[in-house]
Order: sequence, then structure tokens, then C-alpha cells
Amino acid sequence: MKAHPAPTAPASLLGRRDPGWARDFEAILQAYEAAGGKVSALQSDRIASAVISANRVLWVNEIPGVHIEAEETPTGIRAHIRVDAGTRVEYPVHLCFGMIPQEGIQEILPMFEIDEGAEVGFLAHCTFPNAVNLQHIMDATVRIGPGATMRYTEAHYHGPHGGVQVLPTSHVIVEEGGWFENEFNLTYGRVGRMEIRMEVDVGARGVAELTVKAYGMGEDHIRVEETIRLNGPEARGLTKTRIAVRDRAIGEVYTTTEGNAPGARGHMDCTEIVRGEAVARNTPIVIVRNDQARVTHEAAIGSVSRKELETLMARGLSENEAVDIIIRGMLA
Amino acid sequence: MDPLLVVENLHVRRPGAEVLWGVNLTVYPAEVHVLLGLNGSGKSSLAYTLMGCAGYRPAQGRILFDGEDITDLPISERARRGITLGWQEPARFEGLRTGDYIALGMKEPTLARVEEVLRAVALAPTAYLGRPVDQTLSGGERKRIELAAVYAMRPHLAILDEPDSGIDVLGVEEIASLIRHMAAEGTAVLLITHRDEMADAADRASLMCGGTVVKTGDPEEVRAYFAQRCRPHEETLGAQPWEPVNGDTYKEVVTRGVCE
Repeated sequence: MKAHPAPTAPASLLGRRDPGWARDFEAILQAYEAAGGKVSALQSDRIASAVISANRVLWVNEIPGVHIEAEETPTGIRAHIRVDAGTRVEYPVHLCFGMIPQEGIQEILPMFEIDEGAEVGFLAHCTFPNAVNLQHIMDATVRIGPGATMRYTEAHYHGPHGGVQVLPTSHVIVEEGGWFENEFNLTYGRVGRMEIRMEVDVGARGVAELTVKAYGMGEDHIRVEETIRLNGPEARGLTKTRIAVRDRAIGEVYTTTEGNAPGARGHMDCTEIVRGEAVARNTPIVIVRNDQARVTHEAAIGSVSRKELETLMARGLSENEAVDIIIRGMLA
Repeated sequence: MDPLLVVENLHVRRPGAEVLWGVNLTVYPAEVHVLLGLNGSGKSSLAYTLMGCAGYRPAQGRILFDGEDITDLPISERARRGITLGWQEPARFEGLRTGDYIALGMKEPTLARVEEVLRAVALAPTAYLGRPVDQTLSGGERKRIELAAVYAMRPHLAILDEPDSGIDVLGVEEIASLIRHMAAEGTAVLLITHRDEMADAADRASLMCGGTVVKTGDPEEVRAYFAQRCRPHEETLGAQPWEPVNGDTYKEVVTRGVCE
């Protein structure tokens, strides 16, 4: 991955607290940048943000219409994030979750409430740069109100050792005319063991789009379980999964889409690239309970396309360089 | 002048067929050499063999490039020596942007050069630099980007496999002009086509038939020969005639059949 320069914590933030807090904050910001986060976003009063290190809430910035309440627990935090009805949030809310130690548990229990007609994006970075034996658990509840929109993008960086277990679970309700997009990226560093579970119930004319991109290597184990229930008329759902595994890594994708109402439309799209002794599995399940609903799926699992490979090699790239570019492109 | 590429008695077998049957061909530096031939005559197979693609390893014969035998070299090494191929149906790449794709083959990539080659194939850089080289491009756009990527490399030898197919008439003229420009800048172009009018852009031409080169010379002469004497295989034998059981059958096909 590209090298990140050591960040400088915003002086305006560091000046407000004690030296111990400043050290923690500096460390987590370095990890935040390693995961792709932009520290400058945390300096802006116009951008809502929160920084959580282990079970410490190091920083919260609220803006009009966006409320963030965080409570420390023995092993993590419990948070309530609410966006008021009709609020259009100009910049994504920036969230940083991480742990600097090599070992430990972090439990994040957030509740997101996006009220009627609100529109908001979230940019979350989860970073565990030194992990050797570390567990990150998230159990999120999300409610997208009528006509509201929530876009949640989460990027992970787990360091080079693969000693992380990441176990996020989400229960999402999309009410009438609501829109939910979720994108999960773990494409740099090691994965370790990751199990993503997400269940989404979509009401009338609501939309849910779930994207997962991950690159596993060594002994990494990636397991994705996603269920979209299209319960209201004309509800729409899409799962898009892009997994690359090499060495002895395992990639497992289990997606279910239910078409339970007239005019519901769902699609599941999975592509997995396998190299070396890695193993990839994909199990799409289609359930249709209404004769006017339609759910489709497509999956492609295999090695890198020979033609793509040879095209790049004809530009002078080695086979390994070409494979890397193809995989990075798929995960971009 | 010493030749850039010399192909000697090249034979390539594919499952169920011998697709190249004793090909001899010479290409000189900075020349445009048109390779004419009907569908199925072996032009693309020759292109893949020259580039070193999987499944096209010669059973017999050799390929000399700049005086050195490259018959057993892998694709990447041939590319590093200055050979590249523009595919007839170029691959699509999810998530790879056009600007990055073009820059991949450049020794010292610059934005200015990427923009220059896009303009050379009549694509506006502002519209295409950030577009992914994927299914969202039309066939014609993808072909133009492929040609731009080849041009960006400034190769010693560019093998262009039907860059004119799937392109409108106006576009064909632009492509012919670019090919001449590439040659003027020092790139030899082996231009594979079955449009005989593309011979207008050539310095020399060869005609492939039945998996071998049956004639090489002045483009007008080869073009006339191609237009007057070559017929689709079905008209003569009703099947792929270049699947010879033995040499005698092959000779009979070439003599009596495709090239009358």
C-alpha cells in the first residue's frame, strides 16, 4: 500500500485536552490516516465527526441537525447518532474506530436514526494497525425514515499481521421511499478473520444497495452474509460483492434476497478471484413470495481472465504486476 | 536496411487444427506492413504467436526480432523489447480508468502524453481520462482506447489486429492517418485487416491464406491479387480448408480453393 506521512494532529484539538489524551489522539490519528482517513476533516467545524479509540471517546463534533451521543462501556462504546428530519448534511460524517494495542476487544454498539427526508453520508475508518490478537465487534441498528437517505462507507485497515477478528452485524430498516447504501472495503493490509452479517428490511419504494470489497491473503478468512427482504411494493435491492483471495485464504459469500411484495426487484452480483491454494464460495439464495416480484443473481468465480492478463503483459507488465492491477481494479 | 522482424517457417498447432502452416514474413523498421486475408486465414493466430500468447507456442520455426531469437520469450519480455499488440476485441477491466490503462505501458508516463494519444484517436481527454475501461464503453470507444494505449508505448513494432473493425468509415480514415503517423515516428506497424482499402496506408503488404503467407510485395499488387482471387472458403470447399490432413491436401486447398 502507499506510504502515508505521519499526520499532525490538529493543534486546535490537541490544545483542548490533557497530555495523555493528546498521546492517544495522536496515535489513533496516525492509524486513521493509515486506513485512508483525512485528518483535516476532523479540523473542520462544518464536518460532524467522532473518534473512538478502544473504549474511549476521544473526540466528537456535532453540527446542526446531526447529534452524536457516545457512552463508554467496559469494552467499547454505545453510540446514538441521529439526523433530524429534513436535514441535508453537506459533508459526510467522519467516524474513526480503532485500537492501537496488539490485543484486546472493542465492542461498538451504534444506533443510527435518519429521520424523515434527511440525507446524510458517513465515512467510517476502522483501524487496527498493530493487531496480533484483537477482536472488533460491532452490532449496529439502523433506521432510515420515510424518504430519507443514508450512505455509509466503511474502510478497514488491519495492519500486516492478520491478527484481527472483525465481526460486524447490522440490522437495517428502510422505511417507505428510504434509501440505504452500504459499502465495506478491506483491500489493504491483512484481513485476519472477518464475518460480516447484515440484514435489511426494505419498505415500499425503498432501496438498499450493499457492496463488499475485500482482498484476503495468507490464512485470512472472509465470510459475508447478507439478507435483503424486499417487503414493500416496488422495493429494490442490490448486493454487489467483490472478493479476491490468494495463498490459502478463504472467501465465502452467502447472500439472500427475498421478493415479498408486488413490483419488488432484487439482484445479487458476486465476483470472486482465486489465486494459489485459496478457496472461494458463493451461495446466492432467491426467495420470491409474490408473483409480481423478481429477483436475479449472477456469480463468477475463477482465476484472472487470461485475456486481461495478456493485454497488460503486452504493455510490459510482469504476470504478478498484471494480476495485482486487475484485482485492485475489481476492488476499486 | 536490416529487418526488424523475421518469421521463419512458423508452424502453430491448436487443438483440432494447424493454424499456422509454414509462415514466412519480414517486417522492416518504421514500415507499415498490411497483412490481408479472409476470416479464418490465420492472421490473428499469427498476431497471438508473435506476441507470445498462451496456446500459440510454435511447434516449428522461429521468430527473430532485431536479430535475436524471441521464439521462447514470454509476453512481458517481448513487450519490454518493444513489441506490443492491439487486440481485435480488447479486454475490459473493471475499475481501471482509461488514463491509468494508457499510462501502464509508458516508460515515463505523463498526463500530457496520455491526453495527446487520446486526442490522436479522436477521444476528448476530459471525457475519457477518468472513465473505466469496462463494459460501459462502446466497442468503437474501446478499440480507440486500445489504439491509444499502443501508440502511447512508442513501440518498435505494433501489431494491430483489425483496428478498423467496428469503427465507422470516418474513423477508419483517422486510424489510417494515425498509423502513418506512428510509422513516421519510428514504429513499424503490422496491420492486420480484411479491408483491402487499408492497403492504401501501407508500404508493403502480405496476403495470408490457409494459415500461411502466400504473397508479399507492393500493396497495390497484393491488394489486387486479394480482391481478384481470394474467395470465402465456403464457396470452394464448404469447410475450413486450412485444417490440412497432410501437406498434399493443404497444397490442393491453396492451389485449387481459396486462392484461385
